[in-house]
Amino acid sequence: MNIALVEYGAGNLPSVERALARLDVESRRASTPEALADCDALILPGVGHFGALMRSLTQRSLVKPLRDAVSAGVPLLGICLGLQAMFAASDEAPGDTGLSLFPQNVSALPATGRLPHMGWNQLRRVRHSKLLEGVPADAYFYFAHSYAALDAGNAGVALCDHSASFIAVLEQGSVFATQFHPEKSGSVGAQVLSNFVRQAGGKG
Amino acid sequence: MSLAHRIIPCLDTDGERVVKGVNFVNLRDAGDPAELAARYNIEGADELVVLDIAASRDHRPTFLETIRRVAGQLAIPLTAGGGVANVDEGRAILRAGADKLTVNTVAIHNPELLTALAAEFGSQAVVLAIDAKRVGDHWEAFVRGGSVPTGIDAVAWAHQGVDCGAGEILITSMDKDGTRSGFDCALTAAISKAVNVPVIASGGADAPETFLEVFGEGRADAALAASIFHDRVQGLGELKQFLAQHGVSVRQTG
Repeated sequence: MNIALVEYGAGNLPSVERALARLDVESRRASTPEALADCDALILPGVGHFGALMRSLTQRSLVKPLRDAVSAGVPLLGICLGLQAMFAASDEAPGDTGLSLFPQNVSALPATGRLPHMGWNQLRRVRHSKLLEGVPADAYFYFAHSYAALDAGNAGVALCDHSASFIAVLEQGSVFATQFHPEKSGSVGAQVLSNFVRQAGGKG
Repeated sequence: MSLAHRIIPCLDTDGERVVKGVNFVNLRDAGDPAELAARYNIEGADELVVLDIAASRDHRPTFLETIRRVAGQLAIPLTAGGGVANVDEGRAILRAGADKLTVNTVAIHNPELLTALAAEFGSQAVVLAIDAKRVGDHWEAFVRGGSVPTGIDAVAWAHQGVDCGAGEILITSMDKDGTRSGFDCALTAAISKAVNVPVIASGGADAPETFLEVFGEGRADAALAASIFHDRVQGLGELKQFLAQHGVSVRQTG
């Protein structure tokens, strides 16, 4: 099992590494196109700014290799900003282009609730989810964000409500993503990571 | 389905060991931060705060090592701070394993620091910590571990801090801190009404009823406490059970 964490300067990469290590899953960091091309599964962690993330991926020439890996069916898990990066664009960085695995845009959450949406919230499942297998229906996950994808067609498998209804878990083929941080979500978060590793062919 | 109210144990450290005292003085040793972190992670803490209350430059490498040790024990978010004066120091703390930074003294003299930190790491990583004390009919912000008055109104400062980029407010009542006489609900509610970011109440935690008050009357999104948890006066599981029974949304584990 060869899981690569895309390294482009994201702050939560060590947390994801630690969370995988707790599952006895080895991972390595990949910061070059060559390193991305040679793995069984990819994780795109993320905190911070959509524009900064996309510029960083572009500078490292990682945008095309990431898209190619997805086309080749390599399982990809996006976390938080890593989910948002899968879309075409974001209100957070008008003019910057995302990975465009999904044609929709990421929106600013309306300021009707407190922002950032920060803390533990529950999910509303709308379709069968592989990532959420074995996770209790009322489980809480840790969120920290002000932007969210409100629509991803049939790829949105679980939603969360805060100011608006937004996509909390996204699954389409070998593409997976969570708006919450599984690496910070205690035992249920560990279950989500473990489910991804199993999808990717590991023992999870 | 709604956002859970968070319960946050706080580890005040001298950079290396957990310490505790009343109203920021008479500090004494209260244990190893990584051991306490491991315990709180298991017992259902929603987040952990670790502060370097000495915040001396000489001890910074020691504190960073403490953050690494604490982060290694956690599958929940970690907030760290104490003396953060610039973006590079903030980056060092986040790289050591914290998810969020607290900023206090420096920001009040240099609010642009909040803007710079938010631009670099995102508002969700920037927590403005305010130590406030009742003075006449309002609350005044104090700095340097609560020892120096600023003449600045705490509520106005919270509002300004959010405008500058803070994504969360940690409001500590110096009148209540260490007294176990309940949170300052009036102060917390005043801050909560003034800003649209989450507000963490701190200072005065005691029986479960005091948490119920601060989540109700005090309008807090999260409540922070130290000694009642360190001394096992209050268990996290029992506290959350009490809150759930009284209609407060909390995340219960196990």
